Amino acid sequence: MREAWREQLSRRWALPVTRAMLALLLMIAIGCLFHADGAFFRWSVHRDMLRQVSVYGILACGMTVVIITAGIDLSVSSLLALAAVFFAWFTLPQGWPAAVAIPLVLLICTTLGSVSGALVARMGIQPFIVTLAMMVFARGLAKVVSGGQKITNYVTAADGSTRLIEHPPVFGMIDSRVLGGNISIVTVVFLVCVLATWVVLARLRLGRHIYAVGGNKEAARLSGVPVSRTLIAAYALSGFFSAVAGICQAAQETHGDPETGMAYELDAIAMVVIGGTTLAGGKGSVVLTLVGVLTIGYLQKILSLNAAPEATRLMLTGAIIICAVWFQRGRKR
Amino acid sequence: MRPSPLVTMRGIRKTFGPVEVLHGVDFTLQPGEVHVLAGENGAGKSTLINILSGVFDDFSGELQMRGRPVRFASPMDAVGAGIATIHQELSLVASMSVSDNLFLGHEIVRQYGTVDFGVQEAQAASVLDEMRLDIAPSTLVEELPIARQQLLEIARALAREASVMIFDEPTSALNEREVEFLIERIHELRGRGRGIVYITHKMEEIYRLADRITVLRDGRSVGTTTPDELPPGELVRWMVGRELAADDERSHGPAEAPALEVDGLRVAHPELSDRYLVDDVSFTLRRGEILGLAGLQGSGTSDLLHALFGALGRRATGSLYLLGEQFAIGSPQDSVEHGVVLLTNDRKALGLAPEMEVVHSASLASLARFCSSVGWVRRDVERDAVESLTREFNLNAPSLDAPVRTLSGGNQQKVYLARCLLTEPRVLLLDEPTRGVDVAAKADIYRLMREWVRQGISILLTTSELEELLLLSDRILVMHRGRVAAEFAQGEVTKDGILAAAMGAASPDERGESA
Repeated sequence: MREAWREQLSRRWALPVTRAMLALLLMIAIGCLFHADGAFFRWSVHRDMLRQVSVYGILACGMTVVIITAGIDLSVSSLLALAAVFFAWFTLPQGWPAAVAIPLVLLICTTLGSVSGALVARMGIQPFIVTLAMMVFARGLAKVVSGGQKITNYVTAADGSTRLIEHPPVFGMIDSRVLGGNISIVTVVFLVCVLATWVVLARLRLGRHIYAVGGNKEAARLSGVPVSRTLIAAYALSGFFSAVAGICQAAQETHGDPETGMAYELDAIAMVVIGGTTLAGGKGSVVLTLVGVLTIGYLQKILSLNAAPEATRLMLTGAIIICAVWFQRGRKR
Repeated sequence: MRPSPLVTMRGIRKTFGPVEVLHGVDFTLQPGEVHVLAGENGAGKSTLINILSGVFDDFSGELQMRGRPVRFASPMDAVGAGIATIHQELSLVASMSVSDNLFLGHEIVRQYGTVDFGVQEAQAASVLDEMRLDIAPSTLVEELPIARQQLLEIARALAREASVMIFDEPTSALNEREVEFLIERIHELRGRGRGIVYITHKMEEIYRLADRITVLRDGRSVGTTTPDELPPGELVRWMVGRELAADDERSHGPAEAPALEVDGLRVAHPELSDRYLVDDVSFTLRRGEILGLAGLQGSGTSDLLHALFGALGRRATGSLYLLGEQFAIGSPQDSVEHGVVLLTNDRKALGLAPEMEVVHSASLASLARFCSSVGWVRRDVERDAVESLTREFNLNAPSLDAPVRTLSGGNQQKVYLARCLLTEPRVLLLDEPTRGVDVAAKADIYRLMREWVRQGISILLTTSELEELLLLSDRILVMHRGRVAAEFAQGEVTKDGILAAAMGAASPDERGESA
């Protein structure tokens, strides 16, 4: 009886989800210890933390998919900026309705994502190189579209005169809260992205193909898996989520900044890896990524609540990434 | 008075977590003997070997070398004590040269810590010579065929002057001629007083090599004896603890309608433009027939199967007719859709993803069957199908959700076979279906193959084990240098005849080389 119970426990303990959850709980426990005069016990602090990680989290969803194919997507931050710039440009100077602007932005970034995917799949170039190139290219494109300036609600008319226009309601809507002001819309968007990614990975045939390609590409091909299409779909999804994140970013910042989101790809990768999805591919899940996102979110929040200086924050984040990954791997035998 | 044994293991016990996998095993190795360690996969052979080679240090019991108690803290320790292991999986660095590999971790170093490459190459040359391997020490390992790499592993053990050599299924990637070569080398090593532990599933090797045999079953030693006192039937009984059904009734005789007709199949060499790996091969595979393809390594049998499956793309040309209809050589995806499936000879590199669960691994090629039109996987239907098939296969897995890497070799192979069968194939292309598989699983696979042909599936089989080919095939085509050198019907075939044809002995066949 007790033996069985113990065995059950040790099996559960070996599950990556358990380990990821323990890391998160540990982080929350630290928050309870260093609660900054009770600030950590206020819901508004948690709500803000969730809002702050949401944009990163959306990127991490796409990153999870790409990492499971044994790839990497460095271009997410630049695609985010490109999406932010296009979204602001469509809705502010052009004055197009959101119902047109949003699908268009999604389409642009998804297309660029699938270009990365096609280069990886059909030309056989390493994902790191392809997406590094796409990262540079998309950042450049964002600067071309925006003319190197932030696109704000301060618009120049055809005759050269400038005037201030109202933000269209979509900006306010995305940056608002629901459920009695207890949760931000961007957080809801993030959770929907997690759910969508989960459906793709855990319930659709595409998901099976993604795991198979990441786990053993040649074996997948010889089992009749359309390897190229699968890879293209994975990078396209990552592009799509980058666009979603970019739109959220633009709404929160109330303008389209071509410089926005610098180095976000590194945060997204860190969140995926802390969750326990390995860079080797073929293994992992978006649920783990969700836990990873929350772990990093709480870490940042606790440090800022306790007024830790920027330098300390960076050093601690680095150290904790290593600890978390080491903890995830656990005992080898 | 007998010489003191090289290795003495007494009462060895080993646990993994709460599970004890070795329950007090005794084992001795004398200098100048080949001691075969036999047993089914999971019997504890690998664990015992891992203890001897220093991989596990947390065991109980006694381990002695030349009568002195030892305890190895790491594999490095064991190597230092003169124990070399030649693994089933190669442990060479492909991008480095032969001589660099031979001295990897034991470099010959000058005074200031720089490697003396000259001396290393000279010593490597003499070791290679001792092994009768005609390889330049500066060759990169990746340029050598697998069989040579395997022999190189042995050369490395020699270079380290190991007194105990452990061979863990060294011949699974070798063809008959290379096995022959290896066996000769091992006889020589024995003659020079080395102690050799040899693990294999192949009867022939056991009886050609063994001075003594120790059989393990379920973590216990069944006994140690000489081969004379343990005839094959008895050996199998020791291993499995029960009688294996000697199911030797061949599928059936008369020919049926053709399932797959191949006409003028050619496979271009990947680099040389005027050479063909498969050259103008034509044959007919009938419904419910097992057609065996014999041939030495490099004869093109494996390439032929890959080509028919569409895995070689445009390098393969020729016409195919599937159940009478013309069928273009396409992609693996097309082939699977049309009911032609390939089981490759390398389940590790080309078959399974180690982290993927059993269910998902098995259903990978047949997901179309289990999906709605939008690509939603109907998981209950999928699981039922996998469950019923794997039960038929006698699959032994901790759970259907366990990653395949946790299964033994034989069970992994069954998962791989299940993937092929779940596609409801009409033609099965089997490349070494029993490689690295234990006796019981082999028997299961033979039984299943006979069952499939009875259901009307046609099988094109190639295997380096001639016994297996003779046992299973209705007809046998022998290939030599990419061409069909001879064809034998069941009954008129002998092992010698096949080997002669495979080695290119002149045959009066009308497809002769002059064509």
